[in-house]
Amino acid sequence: MSTITTIKDKAQQLGTATLDALQPVRTAALASFDQLGVPAVKHEEWKYTRISQLFNQSWQLGVDHSNTDADWQAFRLPEFETANELVFINGVYNEAASTVRSAGLVVLPLEEAAAGEYAQIVSKHLGHSGKYLKDGINALNASFMVGAVFIGVKRSTEIEHPVYIYNITDGRTGNVFAQPRTLVHVAANAGVVLVETYGSIGVADHFTNQVMELVVEQDARVEYYKIQNDTSRSSLVSTTHFRQVGKSYVHAVTISLNGAMVRNNLNMVMEAEHCDSNMYGLYFTSDSCHVDNHTIVDNAKPNCLSNEYYKGILDGSSTGVFNGKIFVQQDAQKINAFQSNKNILLSDDANVYTKPQLEIFADDVKCSHGCTVGRLDEEGLFYLRSRGVTEASAKSLLLHAFAIDILDQIRHDALRAYVDQLISERLGT
Amino acid sequence: MLQIKDLHAGIEGKEILKGINLTIRPGEVHAIMGPNGSGKSTLASVLAGRSDYEVTGGSVEFLGKDLLDLAPEARAGEGLFLAFQYPVEIPGLSTINFMKTAVNEVRKYRGQDALDAAEFLKLMKEKMSLVNIDKNLLTRSLNEGFSGGEKKRNEVFQMAMLEPKLAILDETDSGLDIDAIRIAAAGVNAIRSKENATLVITHYQRLLDYIVPDFVHVLYNGRIVKSGGKELALELEETGYSFLKNEMNIA
Ligand SMILES: Nc1ncnc2c1ncn2[C@@H]1O[C@H](COP(=O)(O)OP(=O)(O)OP(=O)(O)O)[C@@H](O)[C@H]1O
Ligand SMILES: [Mg+2]
Repeated sequence: MSTITTIKDKAQQLGTATLDALQPVRTAALASFDQLGVPAVKHEEWKYTRISQLFNQSWQLGVDHSNTDADWQAFRLPEFETANELVFINGVYNEAASTVRSAGLVVLPLEEAAAGEYAQIVSKHLGHSGKYLKDGINALNASFMVGAVFIGVKRSTEIEHPVYIYNITDGRTGNVFAQPRTLVHVAANAGVVLVETYGSIGVADHFTNQVMELVVEQDARVEYYKIQNDTSRSSLVSTTHFRQVGKSYVHAVTISLNGAMVRNNLNMVMEAEHCDSNMYGLYFTSDSCHVDNHTIVDNAKPNCLSNEYYKGILDGSSTGVFNGKIFVQQDAQKINAFQSNKNILLSDDANVYTKPQLEIFADDVKCSHGCTVGRLDEEGLFYLRSRGVTEASAKSLLLHAFAIDILDQIRHDALRAYVDQLISERLGT
Repeated sequence: MLQIKDLHAGIEGKEILKGINLTIRPGEVHAIMGPNGSGKSTLASVLAGRSDYEVTGGSVEFLGKDLLDLAPEARAGEGLFLAFQYPVEIPGLSTINFMKTAVNEVRKYRGQDALDAAEFLKLMKEKMSLVNIDKNLLTRSLNEGFSGGEKKRNEVFQMAMLEPKLAILDETDSGLDIDAIRIAAAGVNAIRSKENATLVITHYQRLLDYIVPDFVHVLYNGRIVKSGGKELALELEETGYSFLKNEMNIA
């Protein structure tokens, strides 16, 4: 039986067997996956990221995770003692391992949220990313929505400690395919810091297809960090879909340091006036690591500001892909949208594909974009070395200097120190 | 301490230095003057170890070692310092962080213990007041957006921090106002000693009023065509380089 057939069978089992409020959503998503299939290389959005090859191998789905015990703890982020921690193992929320401390933070199984107090929010927003990501991968995640979570931040509350989200895969019984799903609702005038990270247990191939959708209401503030430093046998499609439905502020930083094939979709849908959003990213890859950042900014209303800045350092035979789309709809006047992507290639075998895509239908807008691909600055290298700095240290000083304006965007001190440490290890300092 | 013998060097097959001979002993100050494009900066770069230039002949001995055999950082470790004519801008790296690394790597090379944070701060303060440089400048990205004079002052500050045995100053005076020249010269003079030497590349006699040279050399078309005492600089200021063409024709 082919991998796709096995996956569909499993989705059907879960979809029909689990009679909860999400059952119709899963069923529709499966039909959609059936129709769309897995994107091939000729699919414009997947040109450089050959996701279809992951569907040529066999995966275990819906693996029992209950005895993953304490192994996930190796991936804990700094100051976890005071943080809120949500643990997904093989795509399924593990309540026993998770801790919700902060007042004003609500964490519920998604199907429960869909049936109760948050029913309207769920029905209005769940699956919105599918409008922007018309590929089978997004639909596939939705067809497996079991063990998904709703995260609510109550009106006018500032969540004091960050919310750490661990996407763990346990491959000790073989290759594992996991599909975590979350819907986040940040109510009016609330503020929250969310941090997502990824970890693999066991020697196997790991594949995570994750979707997080976030709804940001009037005057709400969200800081979102994504830290990826998984194993070279761990592939990931990570979709983060923001919907700014009121005047609000989003600050997103994506740091990608390792993985097999990593695809990030970051969408910023600005549906209200005076929205403000930042999208920063740093990918620092080596060996055969492949990191693809696809971003979409959709301006539907006037007077919004988006600021996007991604930087890449590519070593070994690694590959970086950056694709930044900016849509400015007809009524969205007085938009400021900035985009920049800068890359340094450290080796002849490394590759980068960068492409800005602007589609502007309003006339009074300020958009700028630019991309560069270069080498490490030889002049700078000689300057530093002439002052007694060894070649290796000079390289790492220059690379750190290149990365620092992205690292500076990590405003949470402990997390910044943690990422700095990972970068230092990579730079060998 | 520095012995350059029949040094030939060039770039992409084009010969720029065509047989340089120069000996610098401890305690001496040498000045090199000469028209634009004569090879002054090339000589400085070859001594500092810039790899773009290919040495095609001759030798350079520095404190008993074959200088041309050493990596740029080892040359600095041995005590060579080049103040660049055009200092490089490095966004994202502050002078302070750069100097922390440089000072400690040079100390390591010299077999000295690394300075801890407090010791480093003390050294920095001392050198900052010596060259009268503002702390703000040192916390900013290296040379990025610095004025011409600020870049040069930063070069002198770095020189003071690294305490070289042989300092090569490539047009450190250009872009400096007269007060800054005085301060830069004070910086150079402060690290002058019986053991240390200085090689000043300049177009102007002005700097040499403050850093008084023992020898002045004229570099022209890749060769040192004339050497003399400090009065040679005064003479050049008067007559310019037009005499060179005549002399060269005779020779
Ligand atoms: N990287 C290079 N590539 C090509 N030519 C070079 C390079 N560096 C130097 N040259 C050439 O070598 C010659 C000497 O240049 P150099 O910079 O050493 O002159 P200089 O004496 O320092 O001049 P100035 O007084 O203008 O600073 C010039 O003709 C210059 O164009
Ligand atoms: Mg010059």
